[in-house]
Amino acid sequence: MRQVTHIFKRELNVYFVSPIAYIVISIFLLVTGWFFFTTFFLYNQATLRNFFALLPMTFSFVVPAITMRLFSEEFNVGSYETLLTLPVTFLDVVLGKFLAGLAFITIMLVPTLAYPVTVSLLGQLDWGPVVGGYLGAILLGASFTAIGLFASSLTRNQIIAFIVGMAICFTLTLIDKMLFFLPQSLLGVLEYLGADFHFENISKGIIDSRDVLYFLSVCFVALYGTHLALQERH
Amino acid sequence: MIHVENLTKYYDGLCAVDQINFDVHKGEILALLGPNGAGKTTTLRMLTGFLRPTSGSIRVRDFTIDENQLEIKRLMGYLPELAPLYQDMIVYDYLNFVAKVREVPGNAELSRIRQLADLCGLNRVMHQPIAELSRGFRQRVGLAHAMMNDPEVLVLDEPTSGLDPNQIVEIREIIKKIGKEKTIIFSTHILSEAEATCDRVVIINRGKIVADGSTETLKQSSGSKTLINLSLQNTDFESVKQALHDIEGVSAVSPAGQEGDILHVRLSCQSSKDLRGEIYRRIKQTDWTLIEFHQETKSLENIFRELTKEN
Repeated sequence: MRQVTHIFKRELNVYFVSPIAYIVISIFLLVTGWFFFTTFFLYNQATLRNFFALLPMTFSFVVPAITMRLFSEEFNVGSYETLLTLPVTFLDVVLGKFLAGLAFITIMLVPTLAYPVTVSLLGQLDWGPVVGGYLGAILLGASFTAIGLFASSLTRNQIIAFIVGMAICFTLTLIDKMLFFLPQSLLGVLEYLGADFHFENISKGIIDSRDVLYFLSVCFVALYGTHLALQERH
Repeated sequence: MIHVENLTKYYDGLCAVDQINFDVHKGEILALLGPNGAGKTTTLRMLTGFLRPTSGSIRVRDFTIDENQLEIKRLMGYLPELAPLYQDMIVYDYLNFVAKVREVPGNAELSRIRQLADLCGLNRVMHQPIAELSRGFRQRVGLAHAMMNDPEVLVLDEPTSGLDPNQIVEIREIIKKIGKEKTIIFSTHILSEAEATCDRVVIINRGKIVADGSTETLKQSSGSKTLINLSLQNTDFESVKQALHDIEGVSAVSPAGQEGDILHVRLSCQSSKDLRGEIYRRIKQTDWTLIEFHQETKSLENIFRELTKEN
C-alpha cells in the first residue's frame, strides 16, 4: 500500500508542476460560475440547485481531460516500462493514479465553496442540500475519474482517451433524459444506470445508500476494467 | 543466479523469442548480442517482468516469475532502451521517487542519491527537468534509476546507444566497476563493447540463441583459418606465390591489390600452427622489401556476421 502513496503523490505533483492543473481549474470555474450566476438572480432563490444540476455535464468533459494523460502519456513516452519494472503491482498503479485524479477533482471543487458562502450572505441558504451536493460531486467525480482512467488505459493517444472517456461519461449523464421513447418496462433499469439520476437524489440532500452504492459500483467496474486492460498489455 | 528455460514469446502469431535457454551466474557480466529485431529487448523485458512469456520459465534465485514477480522486481534494476523516464520531473525529484518506491530506507535516501549522482556524473543537472536533458544525461539518470537500491541483478538494454565516445567509455567503466560484485545482463549491437566489458556473450538471431560463451571461446570455436597480410615492394605476385605456396599449412596465396609499387598479398593458413617465423625466413632469402606483415585474428565482428547473416 505504501507504493500507492508514492505513485499518488507523484501523479498529483505532476498536475501542479505543469500548467494543466491551472488551465483546467480556471476553465471549470469559469464555466460553472458563468452558468450558475447568469440565472441565479432571475430565480431569486438562495439555492445552489442550478450549480449542482449542471455539474454532471461539466464533469463529463472536464474529468476526462484531467484523466486522459494518466496512462496514455506513459504508454506513449515509454515510462510505463520503467514504472512497471519497479517493485509495484498493477493494483498499486491503478489505485495510485485513480486517487491522484480524485484528489485533483476535490481540489478543483474547493474554490467553488465561495458560491455557498456568497449565497448564504444574500439569503437563507439550506445547508443540507449543499453538503449533500458536495458529497455527491465527489462520488460523481470518483466515478468519472475511474471511467476516464479506464479510457486512458486503452490507448497511447491522449486525444482518443479523452474522447472515449467523455463519450462514456456523457452517456451516463444523459441516459435518463433519453427515456421517453422507450417501453415502460425498460425505464426503471435504464434510469438506474444514469449517473445524473443518482446525483440529483444526493444533491437534494437525501443520501440514499442505493445512490452511494451506484457510484461505488461504477468506480469498481471501471477500475477493474483498467486492471484488466493493463494485464492484457502485459 | 538466473535460470531461463525454453523461454518463448509470440506477438500476434509472430515469434519474437523462440525456446531459448541460458543461465547467468552470480557476478557475471553477460552481453546479449544480435541484429535489430533479433529478440534482445523482448528477452530482457520478460526477464524483468514487463512482458509475460508465452511459455517457458524464468527463475531468479529461488523465485519464479509467475509466482514471485514482486520479489524478482526487487532484486533487479532495469534500464529500458532509450531510457524512457518521466519527462516532466526534475532529476532530483525523479530519483527521490524511485528511492521511495524502491524502499530505500528514509535516512539513507539522500546519501544514496548523492552517491549515485557522483557515480553517474549527475551533479550538474540535478535540478533540470528530464525532458530538457541531452540523450547522454538521460541515459545516466536511467542508470542511476536502475542502480538505486543496489540491486543484485542489473539489466541494461543498450546502455550506450546515443552516447558520445567519452560517455561510452565512462558507462563501460561504471558497468565494469559494479560488475565486480553484481550480475549484469546488457544488450548491445556494438561488438567492441561486448568485447571490452563482458565475461560472456550470448548471440541471438531471429529469437534463437546461435552462440553462447566467452569471447575467447567463440573466436576459437568458429572456423580454423588465420589470415596473414603482407605488403611487399620490389616483387610481383607470381614470384611471391612461387616462394610461399609450398610452406606447410598455407592453404592459399591470393592477391589483395596493388598500390603504386607496393604489392598486397593475403595468405590463408591453418591456424593450428604459427607460420609467421617460416614465412619471414622465406622472405629474408629474397631481395624483396617487406613493408607490412600482420596476422589477422578472427574478430568477433566476423563471427557475428557469420552467425547472423540472412540465408
